[in-house]
Formats: sequence, C-alpha cells, structure tokens
Amino acid sequence: MRSFNNVMIRYLAGRAIAFIPILLGVSILIFSAIRLVPGNAIVAMLGTEAGMLTETQRQSLEAYFGLDKPPIEQYFIWLSGVVRGDLGLSARFGQPVLQVILSRFPVTLQLALMAMAIALTIGIPIGVLSAVKHNSFIDLVGRLLALLGLAMPGFLLGTLIIYVLSVYFRILPNSGDFVTFADNPSRNLSQMIFPAITLGFSFSASVMRTTRSAMLEVLGQDYLRTARSKGLTEQVVIRRHALRNALIPIVTIVGVEMGYLLGGTVIIEEIFALPGIGRLVFNAISQRDYALVQGIALFVAFNFVVINLIADLIYAAIDPRISYAKET
Amino acid sequence: MRRLLLIGIIALLAGSLGMTWAQDSGNVLVMARAADTTGLDPHTQTAFASFRLLELIYEPLVNLNAELVVVPSLAETWTFAEDGKTLTLNLRQGVTFHNGADFTAEDVVATFNRILDEDTAAAARANYLNIASIDTPDDFTVVFNLSDPDVPLLAALATTNAAIVDSADIESGDVATVANGTGPFSLENWTPDQTTTLAANADWWGDGPQVDGIEIRIIPDETSILAALRAGTIDFALLNDPLVATLLVDDPTIVLNRVPSIAYHVLRLRGAVPPLDQLEVRQAISCAIDRQEVLDTASLGEGVVTGPLTMAAFALPTDELFCYQKDLAKARELMAQAGVEGFTLKVIAANAEPPTAESEATNIKAQLAEIGITVEIESMELSVYVDRWLAGDFEAAIALNGGRPDPYTMYARYWQSTGNLNNVAGYSDATLDELMASGRAETDPEARYNIFADFQRHLAEQAPWTWLYVGYEYTAQQPYVSGFVPSPNDSILSLAQVTLDR
Repeated sequence: MRSFNNVMIRYLAGRAIAFIPILLGVSILIFSAIRLVPGNAIVAMLGTEAGMLTETQRQSLEAYFGLDKPPIEQYFIWLSGVVRGDLGLSARFGQPVLQVILSRFPVTLQLALMAMAIALTIGIPIGVLSAVKHNSFIDLVGRLLALLGLAMPGFLLGTLIIYVLSVYFRILPNSGDFVTFADNPSRNLSQMIFPAITLGFSFSASVMRTTRSAMLEVLGQDYLRTARSKGLTEQVVIRRHALRNALIPIVTIVGVEMGYLLGGTVIIEEIFALPGIGRLVFNAISQRDYALVQGIALFVAFNFVVINLIADLIYAAIDPRISYAKET
Repeated sequence: MRRLLLIGIIALLAGSLGMTWAQDSGNVLVMARAADTTGLDPHTQTAFASFRLLELIYEPLVNLNAELVVVPSLAETWTFAEDGKTLTLNLRQGVTFHNGADFTAEDVVATFNRILDEDTAAAARANYLNIASIDTPDDFTVVFNLSDPDVPLLAALATTNAAIVDSADIESGDVATVANGTGPFSLENWTPDQTTTLAANADWWGDGPQVDGIEIRIIPDETSILAALRAGTIDFALLNDPLVATLLVDDPTIVLNRVPSIAYHVLRLRGAVPPLDQLEVRQAISCAIDRQEVLDTASLGEGVVTGPLTMAAFALPTDELFCYQKDLAKARELMAQAGVEGFTLKVIAANAEPPTAESEATNIKAQLAEIGITVEIESMELSVYVDRWLAGDFEAAIALNGGRPDPYTMYARYWQSTGNLNNVAGYSDATLDELMASGRAETDPEARYNIFADFQRHLAEQAPWTWLYVGYEYTAQQPYVSGFVPSPNDSILSLAQVTLDR
C-alpha cells in the first residue's frame, strides 16, 4: 500500500507540474487573440458615440480600462496578479473576475452533469442493445436514433421544446427568473430539465455509437466464450465482462465532452436564458472585457486538464493493465 | 441498484414537469428584454439598452413627450433671453433623491460641471460646449450663460446623458455605483445580464407610479421572449427584431405596440472615396434605389420611407425630396454623365445590429446591379464595424442611427465641416455649414422650420447618404397592462403610469 501511495503522489505531482506550461500557453494565446481583434472596451461601451470623445476623454477612458500601457506590460501585470490568485477586475461587472466566474459556473456545471446523466442513461443501454442485437431491427432503430441525435442542431431542438411548452402547455419554467438549486430545488430542476434534455439528446448519440462499436469489439473476444462456458448468464456476461471492458472509449468521449460542456454552451444558454459560463464569455468577448475573457479561458483550460486527469485515473481504476508506476 | 436509479430519475423528471408555477407577482410589472444596460452612470452610458433602464431612475431638467415636444421634468419653466445667450430654468421644488437628499440648483451645477469635465468621458459633452458658466441666483433657479446662441440646447437637455445627479455622489465619486436619482423608480438590485429589480419611488413628484415595482429580466433570445409572452409568464417586453415582432401582429392574446421611430436606416456613402466623390454617381445611387422595396424586403414593410429628418415637427414629405421615386433611366443617365461605366462598391454591415442590416444590404446589392454597380457586402461583428467606421475606413456602410428630437443636435456632428464625425460622413459644403449655423441660432420657429426644410432638400440632392426608412419601436404586453404610451424615441418612461388590471 505504501508503494501505491508513493506512486500516486508522484504521478499526481508530475501531472500537476505539467499543468503550468499548458495554462501559461493558453494565457498567452488568449491574451494576444483578444487584443488582435479590432475594437476595444471603449468602442464596445460607447459604440459610434466613441467618435465624439475628445483626446483627453479618450485618454481618461484608456487609463480607466488599463489600455494605456503597452500590451507586454499589461500581460505581466495581469500574470503577476494571476499567480497571487487575483484574476483581475471585470470592466463590465465591476467585480473580481474570479467571483464573476464562480457565480456563473455552478449553472454550467449543473447543466453539464444533468446532460451527461441523460446522455449516459439513454446512450449506454441503447448502445449495448444495438451491439448485442447487432444487425437486427432493434439495431436499426438504435442507429437511426443516434443519427437523429447527431443531425439535429441543438438550437432547433431547444427552440422546438420552448415553442411546444409555451404554446401548447402555456408554461415556460424559465422566463428569465432563474433560481439556483440551493434556493429552490424543484423549481430549479424544472428550469434545467429542458436544456439538459436538449444537450443530452445530441450527446447521447455519440455515447450510443461509441458504446455500440466498443461492445461489438469486445463481444467477439475469447474471454467472453470462457465466461459463458463457466455457466454465467448472458446478462452477467454482458454487464460484468463485456461492458466493463468496453468502458474505456466511453470514458474518453465523456471526458472530452464534459470538458467542452464545462466551457459553457452559448446557444443553449441563450435560448433557455441560463446564466452560465457560455453566455458570460460570449458577452465578455463582445464587450472586449479583456480580464474576464482571459480569466474564463484559463478557467476552462484548467477544467480540461483536471477532467483529463480524472479520466486517466478512472482508466487506471477500471483497467488493471494500466499502471502509472514507473519501472524501477 | 440500476432499477432504483432509473426510478429515481423518472420521479425527478415527473416531479419537475408536473409543476406549474403560479405567476402572481402581485402588483409588480415583469418586463423582459434581450439586452441589458452596460453600466449605471447616466452620463457615460450611450447604448439604447442602457437608456431604457436609466431613464426610469434618473431625470433630466426637461423631457420629451410622445410628440417629441419638450415638457417639464426637474425644471418647471424656462426662458431664453432675447439674444439667445442665456437660458433661465426654474426648478421644481420639494423633489428628493432616492436616498432622501434634497434636489436643488447646486445639484444641477455639479452635474453639468461633471459632464463638461473631460475626465468623466461623457460622450454627450459635445452638445453642451456652449455653456460658458452657470449661475444660481437662488436654490431653485439656474441660469446657463452661453458663449453662442444655442436654441437646440433645450432639446439637447432632454436626455438621460444630462440627468441630474446628487452633488454629494459626485463628490464621493460614487455616481457609477449608487444609482441615486430622482426618477419614478429606484434601483433595488442589479445582477448584470440577468435581472434588475426596481422599486416604485413613493415620493416621486409626478403622477404615479401605479405599480409597486418593475422586475426586468434579460432573455437573450427574442423568440424566447415571445414564448414567455405566450406562456403568460411576463407582462411586458421590449422587442428589437421586426421579424419576431411581426409574429404578434395577428395574435389575439398579446398586445403589440408600434410607433414609427426617429432612428433611421441609411446607406452611408463616403464622398471622400472615388468615384463617390462625383455628385452624379451619388445621385445615381439615390435614384436607383427603391426605398420601399428595401423596407419591404428587410423589415417586411414594417416602417415608413424617410428623408434626412425623421422627427414629425420637421420632416418633409418625401415627394419633395430629390429622386425618392425609383428612376432607373435617370440613374443610368447620371452614371453616363459622370463617365463611370460601373464599379465595385464595398458595403460594410454589422451582423445583427440592426437585425435587418444584412437583408438591407442584400436588397440594395440587387438593385444597384441594375445600374452596373457591383456591391460586395462585408459583414462583421459590431465592435469591429464600429472600429472601422470611426476610422472612416469604409466606402459605404449600412447603419441604423439614433435620431434626436432636434435637427441641429441630430446632425451637427456629421454635416458641419468642424463636426466630430464629419470625416466619417465624408462630405461637407458651405451651404450645409451655413444652414447648420443659422439653425443653431434662429429663435423664430417658422424661420427655423424653413431653414431645416432647405437643409433636407439640399442633403437629398447632394446625396452623400441614401436615407432609407424608419422602422417601428416595438413593445409587447399582456392585455391587462394599461396606460403604456409608446414614444418615437423608444422611451419607456410611461411605465410610471402603467397599471396591472388582472
């Protein structure tokens, strides 16, 4: 056990150190990218009225937004704040960037988890069924459903759902009055369920297809024949031996998709009026709120790295062939 | 185990679907709109969306009614001196700010000093440059001493950008954060891009408010706003996109308010760029474009064709303006006169600002092709568009520009050779300078009307821009909301008189 802990700690430490160049690289990229785009916070705030500013007024505004210093200096000022945990101040919100992000992140997280749960609940059983009854009618239906999920754009499904709800049922759970789970759990769920279904439906298609192809590969393996000849029921064979081994590719795509979902899904958030990270970064870019955009980019990159790490740990947990110990 | 999970999930779904939420907010008006204010400082905010909130909290000295006539607000009466160089305003007494402080002439002086101070970066400052000094003979009288006669100044005071703030807030530097005004509603809570809560100001000097408060919800997608109206979960909505608003025209359950706006859709040409520097070419473009067709195609006919001035008090009928009837023969003749066979015209458009920009550009492209002009449409994000626009880095641009109630304030920046945005306008001449100068100083209303009538005819003839149409300002409401009066300048101030008769 002691050696296992040492291995884990060394492994985690190594991964943690690898974070740094990744985050650094992301920060430089996003810092440059947002400044290369024409327009700045002044133009975003005033629009065409910016043309009415005198030179002194313009300089005053530039000082206010921190735009009066050369970009490299701006970068190091920002970076020195970041290492102290201060991601800067959002020009739009007038609040610390980290605070703004953390106030919106729970919504995105909840949406991602719910969408993931729905996707897995629909996708895995259908995928398994499709694989086991491979080339039958059930398989055909399954694959058609997957095709529908992949082909149907999120905004179409979302808008359709809202239309049906408002016109035929005369309800719209979220009419701009979003409540958090902590404040009102049942109301919150009624507001989150439809965007989660919209996202979950399209993702369930990839889950289903991955499950199906992974299962098909596994179903042909010899060790299943051994399991069956041991007298195990088909249910147990599928569940404990086949599915278990088919999980690895599923974990991979779940990890990737989760990282993407945690970055916020602008279109769904806009349609369903959810105050998540997607809308936040979209508006921040339109308003050239540099500190907020950079902060969110770092945050999303950080999420991806963490999720990758969790996925790798899950691999190690479910596949005994994988070990992160270094050969001594 | 898995079965338990499945049951749990189904129960959750059923529970959440089964809930219907009784939307009884009592006497609070629930309002939805797609864009939120970008800040709370009334002097520095310029976005339409910002005005729609701040005008409920702050008040200027004078206001505009639904006919765009100047009416009393914090000032009850006013007079210009004979020579037009002094404006005396008598202030309303007994008015208090939301924090209880008294409103006096001192606040007016502090406000205008702040606006004129360049460090404040108040974009509307340019309208008040003629104010040389301000005197306060007593606590409720203010005298503006002007360096030059400035008749449009009065109408220029009727804006949230000249709203009066508490001198104590200016001193403490808190104006941008405290939202302390004299208006019918006070700010209780602002969660940017989500919700804003306003409470009725019981001590407001005016008649009302009849509701206890307003809850403003940001719903970014206008079709979702439509859904909320249909579901009955919101009482009132501001709509920007004519294509969404027109879906309500025949709806028996929702009331759609529309009033012609003073904001105008225009194809701006830069006369500084050849061959647009040739009068005949610009006139040819004006003659070749059927403005009603652009209106019908891009905005489904929701609007009215317009000339350079859009306010009812000054606008000339379009048949008095040069080439407002499509005349291809004349257009081709003008092109021939200019000696120009055909050329490529690059038109920039901001996508979604207004929502009809690209459709307008596309229709114009089809129409101009008939006289040999090939239009290339460059569509871009709003801030990128504004950036290029400010630099004058374009040949032509599709724009929706805000109007003003007074012709001088509306166009001083563009059509005076010394105007801030004359470079962007790309054209100037002596006649325009003359007309603008006399328009600013002339006190006799009839003479002023004639000056600006000449102004419109001259602009239409010189055709530096092709004015297209004005659209409608849309608001939508449930039938039980009464008392709302829409205004051509998009103001929602009449929400102070609205009642909910559920």
